[in-house]
Amino acid sequence: MDHHQLIQQFKEKAQLVSATIHPEMTLETALTTAVKYCQKKSSCQTSRPWESPPGHQDNGGAREHVKTIALPENHASLETLLSPMCSSRGIELVTKNFRNHARGMDMGITFADYGIADTGTLVIGCDGEDMRLATMISDIHVALLPQSRIRSTALELTDELEDMMAAPGAYTAFITGPSRTADIERVLAIGVHGPLELHIMLLKD
Amino acid sequence: MEKKTSQETLKAYRKRIDTALDNDFLRTAMDRFAVAYKEGRKNAFKDMDTDDLIEQVAILKKKAIENRTALLEEFTFQAEKKGIQVHMAADAQEANNIISHIGKAANCQKVIKSKSMTAEETHLNPWLENRGFKVTETDLGEWIVQLRHEGPSHMVMPAIHLSRYQVADLFSQVTDSRQDAKIEGLVKVARSTLRDNFIEADMGITGANFLIAKTATMGLVTNEGNARLATTLPRVHVVLAGIDKILPSLEDALKVARVLPRNATGQQLTSYVTWITGPSQCTSMETDKREMHIVLLDNGRSAIADDPLFSQVLHCVRCGACANVCPVYRMVGGHQMGHIYIGAIGLITTYFFHGRENARNLVQNCTNCGACKAVCAANIDLPRLIKEVHARIQDEEGHPLKSLLLAKVLKNRKLFHGLLRSASLAQVPVTGNTPYLRHLPMVFSNEHNFRALPAIAKVPFRDRWKKLKPRIDKPAMKIILFSGCVQDFVYPEQLEAAVKLFKKGSVDVEFPMGQSCCGLPAMMMGEKEAARDVAIQNVKAMRGFNAQWIVTLCASCASHLTHATRDLTKGFLPDKEIKDFIQRIIPFSDFINRFAPETVLPGGKDLASHAPKAVSTAGKGKVTWHSPCHLCRGMGVRNAPKDLIAASGQTFVQAEEEETCCGFGGSFSANFPAVSREILTRKLDDAENTGAELLVTECPGCVLQLRGGAVNQERNLKVSHLAELLAGTVKTSSD
Repeated sequence: MDHHQLIQQFKEKAQLVSATIHPEMTLETALTTAVKYCQKKSSCQTSRPWESPPGHQDNGGAREHVKTIALPENHASLETLLSPMCSSRGIELVTKNFRNHARGMDMGITFADYGIADTGTLVIGCDGEDMRLATMISDIHVALLPQSRIRSTALELTDELEDMMAAPGAYTAFITGPSRTADIERVLAIGVHGPLELHIMLLKD
Repeated sequence: MEKKTSQETLKAYRKRIDTALDNDFLRTAMDRFAVAYKEGRKNAFKDMDTDDLIEQVAILKKKAIENRTALLEEFTFQAEKKGIQVHMAADAQEANNIISHIGKAANCQKVIKSKSMTAEETHLNPWLENRGFKVTETDLGEWIVQLRHEGPSHMVMPAIHLSRYQVADLFSQVTDSRQDAKIEGLVKVARSTLRDNFIEADMGITGANFLIAKTATMGLVTNEGNARLATTLPRVHVVLAGIDKILPSLEDALKVARVLPRNATGQQLTSYVTWITGPSQCTSMETDKREMHIVLLDNGRSAIADDPLFSQVLHCVRCGACANVCPVYRMVGGHQMGHIYIGAIGLITTYFFHGRENARNLVQNCTNCGACKAVCAANIDLPRLIKEVHARIQDEEGHPLKSLLLAKVLKNRKLFHGLLRSASLAQVPVTGNTPYLRHLPMVFSNEHNFRALPAIAKVPFRDRWKKLKPRIDKPAMKIILFSGCVQDFVYPEQLEAAVKLFKKGSVDVEFPMGQSCCGLPAMMMGEKEAARDVAIQNVKAMRGFNAQWIVTLCASCASHLTHATRDLTKGFLPDKEIKDFIQRIIPFSDFINRFAPETVLPGGKDLASHAPKAVSTAGKGKVTWHSPCHLCRGMGVRNAPKDLIAASGQTFVQAEEEETCCGFGGSFSANFPAVSREILTRKLDDAENTGAELLVTECPGCVLQLRGGAVNQERNLKVSHLAELLAGTVKTSSD
């Protein structure tokens, strides 16, 4: 299988598990797409849907809920690009202490280290707490994956994975689609404790 | 919901099962699941060599268990180097005690858990709650059963026994607000409500799917994401895992991960596989590092590992597939099909982890159909181990009278056959109400009204043999016919049909009078010694006949003789004789299909020309097939009988679940008639759905069950043995 076919397989497998694929992106178009999408989405859904909606508790509900995007600190290189995109749309860009937002954020943007084609899986080093939270507490997780980082199988990645996992405190995530459950009547439901949506931006090399 | 008690009698257990059988939701859910699972698994393994992947798991787990002492040492060394506090727990109480002490020492009050069967095994939740901790399960299914004060009913889908309406009612109480019975919404209730628990928790407890010795990395395979939150937000992380979870390297873990989700839920991979190497960053700690503990639980595992037969129990990767395909599980659900661990593996581990009083009834609730073995992610010989556990329990507790009687009678072939003959004269119970002989339990019991019972033949096959034996001038080959008890004493006509076919093919047939019961009924009732006695009798009975094959029309006999004889007779008979005996065993259809074209039946594949009567007597000629468990899975014979049906000129129509058990299972159907009845009804529905008027099979036990059910339920379905179809002797009447 050549690399083009691998990319194809990765796309197909990731879509099968309800991930959304955005192919042939530059970093800038990827971020723009993400921010625009965040603007459109309904606000953070981890609040209790059966209680009054967030932002409506004070002042008779006039104030709009401010949306938040989590960008972990180790992604500082993206901040200069992302910051103006967010502020022009009234979105708050948060770059640290995601624990303070653990009830939920609207979007988390992170790089992915590898893609695994045969299962449509992302491999993401999540050693930092904010990396873990950005990929978990956000309604939408946007993963930036350089196409060249797609490999055929997890076994083929064994050496690289062992390197990632070697250091004390290492926390490595395989992420395959958004969080899901079939615990009630075996009916598939997307978005349990993790993201409701997973968007994978395939970056051109 | 009725609770399990530790000293439950078989009668009480049966009652609990009857309640489950009356649960319409459970029944429908289980039926759907059983069918959907097979399809899902097939798709998940598409284009892969499933057998090879599973074999790799079996081999690597075996090596890891054999090498466990060194691996444990390496894991502990690496873990401590990485800053993990490692604790060894000899049993459940010790593990729980360690964990509650960790909690107290770290001043924890609120505990969140992600799903852990090991924590279920140790009954960790009540232990912690009794010591003042607030424990919240965060896996959706586990949370639901926790709120209902139940245990899980499936290892992967803990709340599979509940409907959305029940969950909606429950969540309405929890949130104090009416919740609709819409699954998407109910899931969001859990998402929102539990998020607070994650945020407030001091301690997260998880299990582990893998513990990697080389790097002290733990692996967690999950879908919902709760394990990631439980290992990120709380300041203390405790892992509770069996020592059997240790693997040498990541490569091994990845090989297991390739099979585990595919086999469990038909997913190519779960949403999350999380790899944690020691305490990770935690900003709510002054040290910026989480406090991390691993509690390694033995609880009988070392003893299992040292047992040459049972060590394979530890190869289990907890995928739950053995429940997914179990015909009994499908009928009764997980609360009735396990104590803590569920499905076939649960029947076995209950004995080791939770004691024989909890295992005593469970181990009998098995039809011995072998579906679990065929699907197992680690190739564990589950049906055999279930029988061995049963035998052990009887050895430890004393054998019940009915099983003792069976053993005694079987040891003496003449007495055994004499009793059967007298039963044929009187047609009355020989031993009161006991289901006395496996192959003939129903004549002795009044609990079997769900199927019409066959009468014992006036003259058994063995007494007809002298007259029947064909005189063949130039035999093409010589075979021995092994009849088994049911055909000999209940269905001699099936054997006669076969003899007719053999004669046509110039096959010389011998019927050694020294042959007895195959011994499977004894094994099914936990009478291993009796099984050994008859095994030895049977091998000896074949001496001096110089036949090429030992052909049997009973798939159960074929499978038992093939797979059990070596272990039973080793050391009692010469190795060469045992090997020679086993190699010559062949099921009827396999024999005819292999040799018919050349020798057995002139005309070979044109069997149709020999069976015109069958066409006329079987109605419109649409025939479907029930594959006996011990033929398809036991002997690996799948296509031969169907090829023969087609070659006989009939229109073969395939049933959707042709390889699903009919529910006979010998003493199983005597012990659990209600479950047997329900499995049978499903089976007959499936056969009838094909539009066939004749259901053919190749095991007298299956014939007995299926025909009895078809007659009792007044179905438009005749049942016959393949030999009768081929010989053109299918009866027009139903019995």
